[in-house]
Amino acid sequence: MTGRTGRPTAPTDPHGATAMKITLDADKCCAAGQCVLIAPEVFDQRDEDGVVVLLDAAPPAEQHTAVREAAAICPAAVIEVQE
Amino acid sequence: MTTRPIAVVGASAAGITAAEALRRAGWTGPLTLIGDEPHLPYDRPPLSKQLLHGAWEPARLMLRTAEQLAPLDLDLRLGTRATGLDVATRTLTLDDGQRLACAGVIIATGVAARTLPAADGLTGVFTLRTLDDALALRDRLSGGPRRLVVVGNGVLGCEAAAVARELGHEVTLIGREPVPMAAAVGPGMGELLADEHRARGVRLLTGEVAAFEPAAAADRPVQVDGVRLVDGSRLPADLVLLAIGSEPAVGWLTDPALDTTDGLGCDAYCAAAPGIYAAGDVARWEHPVHGRPLRFEHRMNATEQAMAAARNLVAELTAEAVNGTAEAAGDGAEPPERRPFAPVPYFWSDQYGLKLQAYGLTTGADQVETTVLDRDARRAVALFGRAGRAVGVLACALPPRQLRSLRALVATPVLWEEARDRLREATTVG
Ligand SMILES: Cc1cc2nc3c(=O)[nH]c(=O)nc-3n(C[C@H](O)[C@H](O)[C@H](O)COP(=O)(O)OP(=O)(O)OC[C@H]3O[C@@H](n4cnc5c(N)ncnc54)[C@H](O)[C@@H]3O)c2cc1C
Ligand code: SF4
Repeated sequence: MTGRTGRPTAPTDPHGATAMKITLDADKCCAAGQCVLIAPEVFDQRDEDGVVVLLDAAPPAEQHTAVREAAAICPAAVIEVQE
Repeated sequence: MTTRPIAVVGASAAGITAAEALRRAGWTGPLTLIGDEPHLPYDRPPLSKQLLHGAWEPARLMLRTAEQLAPLDLDLRLGTRATGLDVATRTLTLDDGQRLACAGVIIATGVAARTLPAADGLTGVFTLRTLDDALALRDRLSGGPRRLVVVGNGVLGCEAAAVARELGHEVTLIGREPVPMAAAVGPGMGELLADEHRARGVRLLTGEVAAFEPAAAADRPVQVDGVRLVDGSRLPADLVLLAIGSEPAVGWLTDPALDTTDGLGCDAYCAAAPGIYAAGDVARWEHPVHGRPLRFEHRMNATEQAMAAARNLVAELTAEAVNGTAEAAGDGAEPPERRPFAPVPYFWSDQYGLKLQAYGLTTGADQVETTVLDRDARRAVALFGRAGRAVGVLACALPPRQLRSLRALVATPVLWEEARDRLREATTVG
């Protein structure tokens, strides 16, 4: 194994300063609303059926942690984040 | 010195989320993901919905693309079953004979569908847990109407019955409980949904299966032809779906250091033993807010618990490293702390056009109050209480904005009367 050690290192945020681009596969959304709870500035839900709506496809750096958390927690793997 | 890996056992919703969360938490060592299914991690909820319906093909269920998996640098072992775990040495045994000594283990083996021995050896009898199960059932539901008997009127049985009706099949739903899904949604909501199933043409029966009757022909394999109930009645059937619950996949965990009475018992941090954590359907843990052991078979819990277990395992290994060798503490960073896992549980179910959504605990309640807001639209809410406090809330066909506000209602158990007032307010305004 090259460059790998078994000891955990402190979590880093290698992407902190770079741009983030979000894409949604909204057909898969099951309207759980967890993304809106975690990042209300970035996600919303349609009134009629609760399907996710993207408010900001390229959110500012202070939103990045929340967006990553929302993408990880979404139970339908709807949110894709590119950094 | 070769570095020992962290191994995640079970390559589904909880397993893949745990693997990602381990990397995010700073684990740069080897990471092994072991799953006994041949498929890359896929999502189960659509199996009884869009996939069974034929609206989606299996590719849509994949939880991660190859490009998303690549940066995780996984030692991915699909089609491989873990057969044992020695707790003291954190050593896994695999069905290919390998032994894997690990730094830490996350167990995410989920549950398996329960079957009935009476159905052994009969074709036309299905369960619905895996992609292969769902594709096999879907195949038999294509090409002409069939008589389908769904045994078990829980949430899964009801979802499958709804899809089969929409596809034009003749559907009988039989359960021990007179009200479908009563255990998960309460009697009032169960009745409301029973009305919908009846209106859509599903035949609802209460009873218990005594035997499966084979077709008369001496063909091999023998095809099921009917279901005999304990009361003597007979339901003709081309297909039978067993939706009678599940068993946690803990049979391989025989080390007496582990408690496997109902899933794998864990503490509030999702730890089953030092260096060994669990997440998802298989994990029973001490919920710090509710103060009792809980186990959920809900999709949201699989992700949330996997993230918690991964973070806590990395925190434990970091502390071990710091305590173990002075030099290991070199980077001087404050080690991360383990945190109790205290989620607000969430689940949903889709039947016909109706969406059921619940926050908190809906099972094990000693008090349930259902309010029908619009009978024709099947719009309703139910509040679940235990020992005088509201612990769960369930909604059917509720607008999303109203629904989200219900989460706060049961985030921590509040007094029943107060929750009831707040629920009334939340569902009358807006
Ligand atoms: C048809 C269906 C519909 C559902 N619908 C909903 C819904 O609408 N809403 C909702 O909230 N939840 C729903 N669920 C529940 C949800 O899918 C589960 O909560 C979720 O899949 C749990 O994920 P998991 O990773 O913990 O377990 P699982 O998804 O069960 O994955 C465990 C994996 O581990 C593997 N495994 C087991 N033993 C071993 C071993 N010894 N070695 C290696 N691998 C092993 C299994 O084969 C499996 O691949 C549904 C489930 C099903 C089956
Ligand atoms: S968390 Fe996922 S499934 Fe839920 S609303 Fe957001 S995108 Fe949809």
